[in-house]
Amino acid sequence: MSDVQAVKPVAPRTDVNKIGLTKNDYKGVPSTMCPGCGHDSISQGIISTFYELGIPPYQVVKLSGIGCSSKTPAYFLHPSHGFNAVHGRMPSVATGANVANRNLIVFGVSGDGDSASIGIGQMIHAIRRNTNMVYVVENNGTYGLTKGQFSATSDTGVPDHWGVKNDQTAIDLPMLAIISGCSFVGRAFSGDRKQMVPLLKAALAHEGCAFIDIMSPCVTFNDHPGSTKSYEYVKEHDEKLHDIDFIEEKSEIKIDYDEGSIRKVTLHDGSIITLKKLDTVDYDPSNKVNALKTLEEAYQKMEIVTGLIYFNESRKDLVSHLKLPKKPLIEFGEKDLRPSQQALGELMKSLK
Amino acid sequence: MAQKIVNDFSVRIATANGTGSQSANSTFFKALFRMGVCASAKNLFPSNIKGLPTWFQIRASRHGYSALKKHSEINILVNKDTYKKDHEDAAPHSIVIYDSAIMPEQDFNRRDLTYYPIPLTKIATESFDNARIRVLLKNIVYLGVVVELFKLDQEITEGVIRDTFSHKPKVVESNLKALHIGIDYVKNNVPKRDSYYYEKENTGRNNKKVVMEGNAATGLGFVYGGVTVMGWYPITPSSSLAESVIKYCEQYRVDSQGQNRFAIIQGEDEMASLGIVVGAGWAGARAMTCTSGPGISLMSEIAGLAYYAEIPVVIANVQRVGPSTGLPTRTQQSDIGMVANLSHGDTKHIMLFPANPKECFEFANESFDIAEQLQTPVFLMSDLDLGMNQWVCDEFDYPDKPYNRGKVVTEHDLKEMETFRRYFAGDEDQGIPSRTLPGTNHPLASYFTRGSGHDEDARYTEDAHVYWRNMKRLLKKFESSTQWLPKPVVEGQKGARIGFVAVGTSHDAVVESRDQLSQSGIKTKYLRLRSYPFHSDLHEFIDSCDQVIVVDQNRDAQLKELIQLSVANSEPKLLSLAYSDGLPLNAELLTQKTKELLNRE
Ligand SMILES: Cc1ncc(C[n+]2csc(CCOP(=O)(O)OP(=O)(O)O)c2C)c(N)n1
Ligand code: SF4
Ligand SMILES: [Mg+2]
Repeated sequence: MSDVQAVKPVAPRTDVNKIGLTKNDYKGVPSTMCPGCGHDSISQGIISTFYELGIPPYQVVKLSGIGCSSKTPAYFLHPSHGFNAVHGRMPSVATGANVANRNLIVFGVSGDGDSASIGIGQMIHAIRRNTNMVYVVENNGTYGLTKGQFSATSDTGVPDHWGVKNDQTAIDLPMLAIISGCSFVGRAFSGDRKQMVPLLKAALAHEGCAFIDIMSPCVTFNDHPGSTKSYEYVKEHDEKLHDIDFIEEKSEIKIDYDEGSIRKVTLHDGSIITLKKLDTVDYDPSNKVNALKTLEEAYQKMEIVTGLIYFNESRKDLVSHLKLPKKPLIEFGEKDLRPSQQALGELMKSLK
Repeated sequence: MAQKIVNDFSVRIATANGTGSQSANSTFFKALFRMGVCASAKNLFPSNIKGLPTWFQIRASRHGYSALKKHSEINILVNKDTYKKDHEDAAPHSIVIYDSAIMPEQDFNRRDLTYYPIPLTKIATESFDNARIRVLLKNIVYLGVVVELFKLDQEITEGVIRDTFSHKPKVVESNLKALHIGIDYVKNNVPKRDSYYYEKENTGRNNKKVVMEGNAATGLGFVYGGVTVMGWYPITPSSSLAESVIKYCEQYRVDSQGQNRFAIIQGEDEMASLGIVVGAGWAGARAMTCTSGPGISLMSEIAGLAYYAEIPVVIANVQRVGPSTGLPTRTQQSDIGMVANLSHGDTKHIMLFPANPKECFEFANESFDIAEQLQTPVFLMSDLDLGMNQWVCDEFDYPDKPYNRGKVVTEHDLKEMETFRRYFAGDEDQGIPSRTLPGTNHPLASYFTRGSGHDEDARYTEDAHVYWRNMKRLLKKFESSTQWLPKPVVEGQKGARIGFVAVGTSHDAVVESRDQLSQSGIKTKYLRLRSYPFHSDLHEFIDSCDQVIVVDQNRDAQLKELIQLSVANSEPKLLSLAYSDGLPLNAELLTQKTKELLNRE
């Protein structure tokens, strides 16, 4: 752990970010994931994201449910408060933290079991309320921690680790998120940090619930031939919508692009993401119907769409909706909260 | 005519749900209150919005009793669907007032009863054109009958109507008109043939009292106690508690810019509601939720998380009849056993048992201090009878104690500290560790909260010794909590060796029953528990008795079982008086069952 107010070294260091922290300061305790687990790559991506953005870790809370994926908040951002809640209930706990202290940066991590099954109601309702949080699902199409059962994102006809085929249909989480009213929906692949990190950065800049489904292969239970969540399969069937770049607020905007092939999306805090057209498709993430159509078409072809799938900056987030003051609720004391003696006297009179 | 019976009888009004009878009934009750009479009201209502039968009992007592009375001396039958049964059930020699416009006179043929046929529907129809208003005002017409027949003070009754509808002069006008129609009808057509009268009393007994529902009082207590986050999910009988928090927050907590010093979120279910509250409590807010049995069942996993991870939260449980959906609009104290250990594993929870709205207010206000000092869930155990009925109770005192936020280590404190250990408690700490709040700007501040095994530094561990040490500490903390919890109240008769122990709304019936027993030569004393874990006063009380009757409003003697588990060697002395049919307890029943228990028929 390092001190946020660390004394500045004499010679300018190149390995520190704008608040003087090194990447090491954003690490967690050593991971206990199986070597090669996609979840570890996501943790690395999260570390890079916060480090590069120079976010003070004390402002961040990282929350999760239960699962291998939900263990990972211990493996990044050690100097942040963490909360490993119960299975499927991370979104409600995150919502409580968000409204209690609106200054916290709420970062939620979940798994496909945690979010697409036991916690599907909480996922949908956190989205519906527009809790100001980043909501990451580390999606491996299996219950890693309980040893490889099918999850609700496992595709139909796909065999599990022991060769038994799944006869249920899969839930497409980004599609569900869009339908539930999510204002920021993305998908990434744990094996493609270049795409994951800008998406995470954009999600952090977004006000409201930013939902990112990250394909994260489980090397132990779901990386075999025939799986549609294996490294090989995801790599081969990754249908990128665009190349993403994140440009921070206030940083000088210098984009190397030829007009027409790049879309700019401005986020709430003024930062910008650029979406660079690939092939001939010019994907418009603000078009909800098209987003759903794109997901459905890819699903039918058993392809995996990645990128910023849907974005709508006009939805009010939860704290605005609740008309909360700028000052976090936890900072009010009895002077601000307890009605006066006179008020009680008047009330008592009215009950006669 | 027999001797006058003044201010010492009950009236039971049988109406249909959703017909506006509530307003007439409340007016009736409030008028008695303002007359200085000792009055109590019980609303026995169905789980339905419109149409099913509702009974409202208003009791006046010269002796200050306010429990439900088994029999009513006066029955007012307004509900066509239930009148036959209501008539059949009328206590021997009681008075029956019925709507003769819709109930045939030949059905009222009991020789022991005194009948007053009043064509309520007809006179309401003749006087009001609008069909909806007619139905509503029919109830006020019956109130006019009561005013004239039993001398409920007319001026005071009119005053209550004026105050109730002070913002709607037209409604006042039509209500007063209906009242007068009832009064005039009796004056002109009905000679008095009974001996029941209301009279103003000038003992001043109600001067320092108010009329309030327990749920409203609890909600107010939470607002005074500093709640800033509430997660909730609608369920009878706790919805009106949530609505009271909303109402008082909107009244007292909106700042001059129109911004809310509160966040109220209707969850998608009770798991989410408690999850929200846990997240908020963890982040440092005073957070609460309220629910009833089915919601408590759903909350169980997260309640265990809050216990083990040591997060302050307050949960109000307005108990209703179980198991399962049970009788949603009837009262019971049947969650005591479940809540005491809610969730799997060795889990123990603090419970508070208010018995009247004043205690609802006080306990709700104090519940946050208790939860934050002990960093654990606190359950405020109310019930439908207390929560949803109107009660006459003492005025509330202004709570002027500063909030006690418990052991919160701040950035400032951390600067003076070498280490911060989230789950470490020294010998002098009584098992209570200290916490930092998320967002504290200091490198020592952060820790990882989890419901899995953890050591003093909040690190994951499966170490056997560490696990056991932690569990022992949690127990120590739990047991030390009594010093912050409301003490029991003891009332004694000198020399009594028989004791009653009860919680919450059993109180009124116990008080009355003790007088009845005393008249039969059975001396008793009484300890009313107000919190769990139980205070050592309970041990002493049991020691001082030969026999202790534990009153339970449930089948399985849940309170008695808990006492038995908590107080060593108490079992041989404990007698269980466990009964619940969904109605508030009445003293006759308690007295009879007590005599049976003591073999003193
Ligand atoms: C209420 C409850 N039921 C079941 C479990 C057991 N359980 C632990 S993790 C898990 C599934 C996790 O799957 P996922 O969220 O996809 O995480 P992964 O391990 O795949 O990353 C289950 C069923 C539990 N912890 N709690
Ligand atoms: S079981 Fe699968 S998900 Fe869990 S750590 Fe191992 S590889 Fe990752
Ligand atoms: Mg999984």
